[in-house]
Amino acid sequence: MKWAMAVALAVLLALPAVLSGYAVTIFVLIFFYAFLSQAWNIVGGYAGQLSAGHAAFVGVGGYTAALLFERGITPWIGMFVGGALAAVLGAIVGYLGFRFGLRGFYFVLLTVAFAEICRILATNVDAVGGAVGLYITFTGDPRQFQFQDQRAYYYIALALMLLATGVAALIERRRFGIYLTAIREDETACEALGVDVFRYKLLAMVVSSFLAGLGGTFYAFQNFSLQPGAVFGIPLSVEIVIRPIIGGAGTLLGPILGSFILTPLGEVSRSYFGQSGLHGAHLIVYGVLLISVVLFMPQGAYPFLRRLLKRP
Amino acid sequence: MAVGLTLIFGVMRVVNFAHGDMMVWGMYLAFLFATRLGVDPYLSFPVCAAALFLLGVVVQRGLVDPIIEAPHEMQILLMLGVALVLENVALLAFGPEPARVRSPLARLTWDVGPLYVDVARLVTFVVAIVLTLALWLFLYRTDLGRLIRASADNHYGALVIGTDVRRIYATAFGIGAACVGAAGALVSPILPFQPPTGLSLSVTSFNIVIIGGMGSLVGAFIGGLLVSVAESLGAVFLRPSLKELFSFSLLIVILLFRPAGLFGKRQP
Repeated sequence: MKWAMAVALAVLLALPAVLSGYAVTIFVLIFFYAFLSQAWNIVGGYAGQLSAGHAAFVGVGGYTAALLFERGITPWIGMFVGGALAAVLGAIVGYLGFRFGLRGFYFVLLTVAFAEICRILATNVDAVGGAVGLYITFTGDPRQFQFQDQRAYYYIALALMLLATGVAALIERRRFGIYLTAIREDETACEALGVDVFRYKLLAMVVSSFLAGLGGTFYAFQNFSLQPGAVFGIPLSVEIVIRPIIGGAGTLLGPILGSFILTPLGEVSRSYFGQSGLHGAHLIVYGVLLISVVLFMPQGAYPFLRRLLKRP
Repeated sequence: MAVGLTLIFGVMRVVNFAHGDMMVWGMYLAFLFATRLGVDPYLSFPVCAAALFLLGVVVQRGLVDPIIEAPHEMQILLMLGVALVLENVALLAFGPEPARVRSPLARLTWDVGPLYVDVARLVTFVVAIVLTLALWLFLYRTDLGRLIRASADNHYGALVIGTDVRRIYATAFGIGAACVGAAGALVSPILPFQPPTGLSLSVTSFNIVIIGGMGSLVGAFIGGLLVSVAESLGAVFLRPSLKELFSFSLLIVILLFRPAGLFGKRQP
């Protein structure tokens, strides 16, 4: 397993040398979504708290970094400020949700409501660009998180993905991770055994939203623009949720596998069908995949594959 | 519209994320009837309701039924998948342009003293009330309705007295979907719509149901009134684009302090 990982990593590091520009862009998206999904996985997968509002954290992170950039602070710092603010928002949502004991569907709605409020505020407050959003002037200066070459974004996105996966791996090996899994399986039993359920869920939420906030900066400075609907909207939250679910929520490699399956599929069907004027086809593909995963392999693709491989 | 959702959730504890998209399908069916056959939406709505009933039964039988025992999260995800498919098939079939059904009624107004009353809105309102009443009567005064409520109350209890609970679930899901279909057809002359409308409709109806109380018909009705009033007041006093802020804030407050909703009976 370790060998396979090392080989995979070496291949990923060497890939940009041989890939075309378009392929590099797709890989950037794969890594980026894998990163966000991994961040989601910490609270949604391991702890089983289904958040459908992770776009809010991405948005807060991105907006913070972009606004600081306009005031002359480099996104390399703004990134962490954005992450911190996203973590604060995550703490607020988590505190309210967990303190008042919202579970399952009610927690989903709470996160959606918060993300929607962020979206509406960002659309209506002119100081942050209003409905038009923010545009970032391109300077091409690496010190300002701007690169001429997509390959720079490739490596940053790869690093982000590895960072989130590292954090998840660290959590998984520690007592913290075991607590989270236990909370997912049976929260009441956990409480009965004296686990501080509230504290661990909140902590997972904070870590997860901090990472998603970092991702916001990357999004902003890769696209050079931020629109409220795109970064705070429900569609982005769906993109973030759907990958780990299909890949396998609560596993280390699930989100990555999910992103490797879905992102190219989404991009290819988007450009293929989009050309012939058939928009939305990639979302039908997502929908069908989601339905079949829920029906036929509710654990996700990764555990399914592992079982296949282990069978002699 | 929320009445349909509350029925589905109340009976089966399945969260129907595809709700708004089903409504959009109701709207497009009415649109097809109006443009191809020249049938007014106020006449074709029973047909739309029947079509959506079938869709609801198929979704329930084929997709929800196999995982009815699975945790809530899986059902949410399943319905999310159904919603994605429904919305984007509509997008493929009808294109992204906003559509609007023309009905001769929509151009009429009545003068009532100092007020102008929009006839189309009035008809929609009256039919909505009649449908809600009919549904209430059905649930509380007929055998099938009683069985639906019994299955909702106690799955095993209903099984013990010999109810075919799975069939009841399918019926309830179908009726819920039919309500949405009727609602969609009825508002189609008033509200311009396009495929992505489904998402915001789903979110709005969740607001209404949560605020009014899960599984309570009266709650759904009053929740609907409350949300619309809050949004209209917000639109009048602040900017129209900020109006949703009020319903979402209301939703968060209700979720935290009265998670069963204003008229809900039991704690979640």
